[in-house]
Amino acid sequence: MWTIIHKMGSPPWFFRFSGTLVRWLLPITIALLLVGAVWGLLVAPPDFRQGNSYRIIYIHVPAAVVALAGYYVMALAGAVSLIWRIKMADITMRAAAPVGAVLTAIALVTGAIWGKPTWGAWWVWDARITSMLILFFLYLGVVALFEAYENKTAAARACAVLSLVGTVNIPIIYKSVDWWYSLHQPASLKLTGESAIDSSMLYPLLLMILAFYCLFALTVLLNMRAELVWAHRESSWLKQLAGGA
Amino acid sequence: MYFESLSAMWHMDGHGIYVWLAYALTAIPLALTVWLPIKRIRQHWRWLEAEQRRVAPAASRTVNEAGV
Amino acid sequence: MLPDSPLLSLHAAFTRQFVRHMRSLMASPADVANPLLFFFMVVTLFPLGLGPDPDRLATIAPGILWVVALLASLMVSAKLFASDFEDGSLEQLALAPYPLAVLVLAEVAAHWLTTGFLLALVSPLFAIMLGLPEQGLSTLVASLLFGTLCLTLIGAVGSALTVSIRRGGLLLSLLIIPLNVPVLIFGTTAVTEAVIGGNPESWLALLAGLALGSLALTPLAIGAALRVSLDS
Repeated sequence: MWTIIHKMGSPPWFFRFSGTLVRWLLPITIALLLVGAVWGLLVAPPDFRQGNSYRIIYIHVPAAVVALAGYYVMALAGAVSLIWRIKMADITMRAAAPVGAVLTAIALVTGAIWGKPTWGAWWVWDARITSMLILFFLYLGVVALFEAYENKTAAARACAVLSLVGTVNIPIIYKSVDWWYSLHQPASLKLTGESAIDSSMLYPLLLMILAFYCLFALTVLLNMRAELVWAHRESSWLKQLAGGA
Repeated sequence: MYFESLSAMWHMDGHGIYVWLAYALTAIPLALTVWLPIKRIRQHWRWLEAEQRRVAPAASRTVNEAGV
Repeated sequence: MLPDSPLLSLHAAFTRQFVRHMRSLMASPADVANPLLFFFMVVTLFPLGLGPDPDRLATIAPGILWVVALLASLMVSAKLFASDFEDGSLEQLALAPYPLAVLVLAEVAAHWLTTGFLLALVSPLFAIMLGLPEQGLSTLVASLLFGTLCLTLIGAVGSALTVSIRRGGLLLSLLIIPLNVPVLIFGTTAVTEAVIGGNPESWLALLAGLALGSLALTPLAIGAALRVSLDS
């Protein structure tokens, strides 16, 4: 365990390891996304109440799920960075924040588009969409705070503190928005039950969630590599790699 | 395959515009989040290689000059 | 601070820090009055924007009062650590032989007493102006007492994170508005429940729980954030 953490903290090792990983992950992610999208868009049967508009679920839900998980990944990296002062954790956090923000934005946009045929309005203050909006603000806060600091080591530590505070808060936010919504909920806005989802609809959804997790990992790794190449441009190990290539 | 024809696939009983719009607005930013860091890595890498080519001959030259 | 003064107990250090901060706040009464004035003026804007219909104002009064309280607390948190950071006393605080979290809590407590606490006390005045039914007044005060404590503590985290950044004001609101969402929801719901004769106690209990939770956890975050700001 410790040797793995130690290795992860070493830029040359991580650079080589992530290179191999990315080379495998890129085609796998693209294949999963394509299969999932075709399955969800063309093969799965339509929902008996919402018709075909429910097919947006295959991107909306995975984006929302992975965006939330991404915040925890970011906060975990932040905790590692605060406790052990590992540079690589700073870079992970920096790489994860914009990806999470993009995923949250996708969940919001697809949710709005889904709302039009379902509720007749582009924007409805539904509990889940509202929570997503707040998560979006939380992500933007981390990204903006990182940009605001000149000193990037301090920026990473400030973002780590912020994302840890956010992590403690997220369950409270989700719960409170849930209660708020159930108090004000007009009967006509009840969402269709999600407990009884048919397996012909569930499998493509699970596949898409897996695909989005892979995509998140891939983009975070790519961002980290981009950051590493630039930060270590003066290091001998990178020069050797570049010179040898 | 659920849909019987290509036009039914586009139309989706009137919901096609929403579904395809949502997928398009997902695909574009996702493609960008993958492509932009790849572009950045390539740029930095090219810079590094150029730097190596610039430095390496210079280094060998100084060795030669010192040898002479 | 005398160089050879013996080490104070933690309790005494807390009190001294509290009194010192309180004194500096009291030295400028205008700064204490400003958030209250802001509250007053923004409350005036709502009838002007929405029309003077008393029934409509009464139904949305809990929301208005709570949102304005949130904005007022946002406005004052920007200044919480600013002067201490500029004159270097924050640096002294960080070097002091006491846990930074405890000393910071003393400052935040003084800050809350001169802003949130006062605001909660005078809020019935503005509530009456908006036509909030009388059965909601006591709940409003109680919810604002607990709620502004949460808002001040969370605001202090944001303030500590942005104090070293020039023009951090807008950034501060981006950082802490999402974190304040549960406080706003619990607060408005408590007041609304009291007005309609429901059960405000459970919502007040949630707010109190939130206040105690932030009281326990945020000083650590504030301390850590201040150290980051001092290092940068």
